[in-house]
Amino acid sequence: MTELAIQTEGLTKRLGDAAVVDKLDLAVPRGSVYGFLGPNGSGKTTTIRMLLGLIWPSAGSYRVLGEAMPGANARVLPQVGALIEGPAFYPWLSGRQNLKRMDAAGLDGQRKTRRERIDAALTRVGLAAAANKRFRAYSLGMKQRLGLAAALLRPRSLLILDEPTNGMDPQGTREIRNLVRELAGEGSTVFLSSHLLSEVEQVCTHVGIISVGKMVAQGSVEELRGRGEAMLRVETDDASGAAKVLDRLGLEAITVTGEVVSAQLDGQRPEECNRELVLAGVGVRSLTTDRRSLEDAFVALTGEGFDVAR
Amino acid sequence: MWLAEMSLLFRRVRTRVLIAVVALVPVATAIAVRLSGDGPSPGSGPRFFDQITNNGVFAVLAGLTVTLPVFLPLAVAIVAGDAVAGEANLGTLRYVLSRPVGRTRLLVLKGTTLVLFCFAATFAVAVAGLITGAILFPIGDVTTLSGDVLSLPAGMLRIGLAAVLVALSLLGLAAIGLFFSTLTDAPVGAMAGTVGVAILSGVLNAIPQLSALHPFLLTHYWLSFGDVLRSPVYWNQILLNLLVQGVVVAIFATAAWSRFTTKDVLA
Repeated sequence: MTELAIQTEGLTKRLGDAAVVDKLDLAVPRGSVYGFLGPNGSGKTTTIRMLLGLIWPSAGSYRVLGEAMPGANARVLPQVGALIEGPAFYPWLSGRQNLKRMDAAGLDGQRKTRRERIDAALTRVGLAAAANKRFRAYSLGMKQRLGLAAALLRPRSLLILDEPTNGMDPQGTREIRNLVRELAGEGSTVFLSSHLLSEVEQVCTHVGIISVGKMVAQGSVEELRGRGEAMLRVETDDASGAAKVLDRLGLEAITVTGEVVSAQLDGQRPEECNRELVLAGVGVRSLTTDRRSLEDAFVALTGEGFDVAR
Repeated sequence: MWLAEMSLLFRRVRTRVLIAVVALVPVATAIAVRLSGDGPSPGSGPRFFDQITNNGVFAVLAGLTVTLPVFLPLAVAIVAGDAVAGEANLGTLRYVLSRPVGRTRLLVLKGTTLVLFCFAATFAVAVAGLITGAILFPIGDVTTLSGDVLSLPAGMLRIGLAAVLVALSLLGLAAIGLFFSTLTDAPVGAMAGTVGVAILSGVLNAIPQLSALHPFLLTHYWLSFGDVLRSPVYWNQILLNLLVQGVVVAIFATAAWSRFTTKDVLA
């Protein structure tokens, strides 16, 4: 078993009657870029808050960087940089003063290197020019950048970034993606939450999908793609006839939409399906196979639409 | 860390304005006394006012007397109510705690910074009163309430002691404000609650039928600081005040601690 940066067992948080996070088993390998995906309101932020010792779990246990939490908070959390549900700073202080304040809070001061570290972090997120502006005057994207700078103030073994591209323009989103790659290249584990698959798909090595507080799928990106069954899609003028044939061949999840029949191949060869259809006298206009994308897997597992999970 | 906490508070414009406003009160009162000519006739007006024209240092005591019932509690309530709830409201609380700063440590930091603010606000009043009094009126030996005369240095020492006692009087309210601040993510609510406690205590203290309750009220012995100007110093009420403040601080600091260290930080 590879060493895990984050591991939770049966992690549960109840707020009122509802279990916001329900028996969650996270396994985030060290050195991975882990995309924690789920629709709005699925429990991502609540999970992150538990990992960072802000709220107490109702049940279950969790380890971060190999240590049992929240007992080891004081030892572990200095190695964890976090962006939690958007940036938050003191509006009456400048960007630089805010970082100074955050760095000075906590016992691991490292005052001597503070100035250099702050400058480096500001440069890294492209905020050096606006460092002395008051936070109040920052745009949404600049605030987000400052939040990232705070997470990068010192070398981190683990970065927990909750919706890091929120409020960023496409250019900024790209920069974040590059930054995440860079950080992973330096050996940090990056735990990235998002409700947008497209944001994380390109950078993640591992993905966990959460829906209504429950983990519905977890694994490497290849595994999850693979789990998406190959689909057969037939366009025909005799949809019901085609459905019958495919059913006889043992295909699953057959759906008919107008003149299109789609089904999971479930091990059947497409050539065989085509032959059987033609032999049964079903006119085939087109026949294609399709491997599900990660996005299809995501939608299939979490449901489609704009509604929040609860 | 403590320095960072203090610079956070005192760098804020609001904090400076609060201190400036309370410091303006003794300046305004001294100027008003000066403009009214002879000043209040002996024995009339709020305590110590009739003495200002004789001796400018009494402007300090008059200033403390005027600010203690309303202005100082208001300032303390604002800063105390904001201590934790303000951070929660900004969202910075989640970052400070996950930095990590232990919750007990953070509360101690907030508490000690509050104590410092109580002293800063009180001494702003005292110093502003002293300067204004010295400019507008003659300064000299201090006549105590008992009629003795103290040399100016000895009198100043007594007046300094009075200011310390006023600052200490505010600590009970500060502790209540800190507790309220751990209950909510809305700083305004915590501030209003704290001001409410101060007002309620003042109102109850003014109802003679409730005299049995009075010794237990937060504000009942507040004006006892004037007793340092008796000779010898009349300690009875002063000590009772310190006892009340000590008990209130112990209760509400503990309550704040037990609340804050177990609370889910969702803000």
